[in-house]
Amino acid sequence: MNVNTWLEPIVFFLFAGVVLFSAIGIVLTRNIVRAALFLLGTLGGVAGLYFLLMANLLAAIQLIVYAGGTLVLIVFGVMLTSKSPWVRFAPSRSEAAAATTIGLVLFAALAKIVTGIDWTVAAHPADQPATVRQVGNLLLQQYLVPFEVASVLLLVVMIGAAYLARPEN
Amino acid sequence: MIQEILGSQLGLSICIICLGLAVILTADAYCIYFERKVSAWMQDRYGPNRVGPLGLLQPLADGIKFILKEEFIPARADKILFYIAPALGVIIALVGFVILPIGGRVHWSWMPEGTTLLAQGASVDIGVLYLLAVGSLTVYGVVLGGWASNNKYAFYGAMRSAAQMLSYEVPLGLALMTLILTMGQLRLEGIVTGQIDSAWNAFLHPVAFLIMLITALAETNRAPFDLAEAEQELIGGYHTEYSSMKFAQFFLAEYTHMITASGLLTALFLGGYEVLPFSRLLAGVNGLSWLYWISTSVSPWAMVLRMAVFCGKISFFIFVMMWLRWTLVRFRFDQLMRLSWKALVPIGMAIVVVQGVLLYFGRPISWISTAAEIGILVIAAMISLLSGKPITGRQLSLVEDDEHAIRPSKTPVTV
Repeated sequence: MNVNTWLEPIVFFLFAGVVLFSAIGIVLTRNIVRAALFLLGTLGGVAGLYFLLMANLLAAIQLIVYAGGTLVLIVFGVMLTSKSPWVRFAPSRSEAAAATTIGLVLFAALAKIVTGIDWTVAAHPADQPATVRQVGNLLLQQYLVPFEVASVLLLVVMIGAAYLARPEN
Repeated sequence: MIQEILGSQLGLSICIICLGLAVILTADAYCIYFERKVSAWMQDRYGPNRVGPLGLLQPLADGIKFILKEEFIPARADKILFYIAPALGVIIALVGFVILPIGGRVHWSWMPEGTTLLAQGASVDIGVLYLLAVGSLTVYGVVLGGWASNNKYAFYGAMRSAAQMLSYEVPLGLALMTLILTMGQLRLEGIVTGQIDSAWNAFLHPVAFLIMLITALAETNRAPFDLAEAEQELIGGYHTEYSSMKFAQFFLAEYTHMITASGLLTALFLGGYEVLPFSRLLAGVNGLSWLYWISTSVSPWAMVLRMAVFCGKISFFIFVMMWLRWTLVRFRFDQLMRLSWKALVPIGMAIVVVQGVLLYFGRPISWISTAAEIGILVIAAMISLLSGKPITGRQLSLVEDDEHAIRPSKTPVTV
C-alpha cells in the first residue's frame, strides 16, 4: 500500500488543526505578542498545507515573506504601541462592532466563493509541478508589467520609510 | 528487512535523518567542550581537563549538572512563551539540516543494476529557498524568550536580535542570488555536482563567500555579532532569566544552528563532499584518481568517505567560527547596522549586477567572475578611502553638530 494514502490525511488534519487553533487564538488572546505568535502559527500552517500540495515554491515564499513580516509585527507591536511590553487589547464597543461587520462580510464573500466552485475537476497537482523556472519565466515575460509595478511600489515605500526615519535637520 | 529499508529512498532518508539527529545532538555537546578547549588554547590555559581523559567526559558532566539545577521562572514572566521559546529555537535549528547534501548517490549491491539512491535527508527542488525560510524563523526562539522573561536586559537582547536578523537577511539573500544566477538551480545537490564539474564557488565567487560567511556568523548570533547576549552590557541578554535545561536548550539551538550554517557554507561554496578542488582535473595525475572516485562513485564506501569529508568541512567552519569568537571584539550596535546596510548590501548588489551581466554574455561560470568580484571589493575600498568616512569606524555622534551629542572625552581618564 502506498504510504501517501494514509499519511496524507493525517498530515492534512495536523496542519489544518494548527491553522484553525492559531486563527481562533489570534481572535481570543488579549496579549499583543501572543496574537502575533498565533498569526505566525496560522501562516506557518498554511505553508505546511502548501508543502503538502507539492507547491514547494509557494510554501517557501509564504514562510520567507510572512515569517520575517510577523517578526517586524512583533517588534512594532511591542515597541510602538505602548511603553509597557505587557499591553493588553481593550477594544471599545464601536471598534468591536466595526470588526464584526467586516469579518461577517469577508466570511460571506469567502463562503460564496468556496461553495460556488466545482471542486471535482481539479487535476492532480503532481501532474504539473510548478517549478521555480516556470514561475520565473512567467513573472519576467507574461506578467512583467505588474511585477515591475509592484517593485516600484516597494521602492516608493522604502524611500518614504527612509525619509521618515531621517533626523530632522 | 534491512536491505529492503536501505534499498528504498524513503527508508534510506529516514535512516540518514535519525543518524544525523544523533550525530548533531552529540556534536553539540562536544562543540561546547571544543569551544572551551579552543578558547583555553588561544588564551594559553588548559581548559576543561578534570572529567575523564583530557576532560573528554566534561559534556556529560555538564549535562547532568544542567538537569540537577533549579528551574527558575520569573514571577511575572509569560509562562507559556517562556517554556515554548527555547524548544522552538531547538526545533527550528534542527529542521534545517535535512536537505544538506551529505552523501551524494549510492548503489547497494542488492539493488538492480544501474539504480541509485540519494543519500541525504530530503531532496527539495527549492533547497536554497527552504534554508532561507527556515533561517528566517530561527530568531523566534531568541525574541520570544527575551520578551517572555519580563526583564529589561532580556528584552533588549531580543530586540537587538530581531533588528540584526532583519538587517543581515538582505546581504545573505544577495550572496545567495549570485550563486543561483550562476548555477541556474536551487537544488543543493545540483549545486554540489555543478561545483565538482567546474570549480568551487569559493574560488569563483570569493566576495559572495565572504558576505555569506559574515552573515552566517551574524545569523547564528556568534561573536563578533553576539549583541543579543553581550554579557558586559546585558548580563546574558535574552537568556538572562533562563536556568537549568531551558538554558541548555538555547546553547543546543546555537550550536545546531552553527552546524547547519557550516553545512550550508560547505555545500554552497566549498564543493560539498568533494575532497580537494579540481579533482576532475587532478584525476588525470597518476595516483590521484581516487580523489575523483570519492566524489562521484556510487559505491557505499565512497558514500561513507563523502559523509566524512562533509563532516570534516563542517568542523573546519566551526573551528573558524570559534577562532573568530576568541579573536575579535564585539561590534557596537551602530557599527553592526552600518556594516550590513552600508557595506554588505551595496557590495552584494554590485556582485549580483556583475553576475547578471556575465550571464547575459554567456559566461556564468568563469574566472572573469572572480576577477570582477575582487575588482568590486577594490573599488569599494577605494570609495571608502577617498570619501574619508570609514565604513565601520568610530561614530562620534548619531547626529552631526548636535551640541548634546556624546563625544569621546579629550582628557584622559584618571583612576
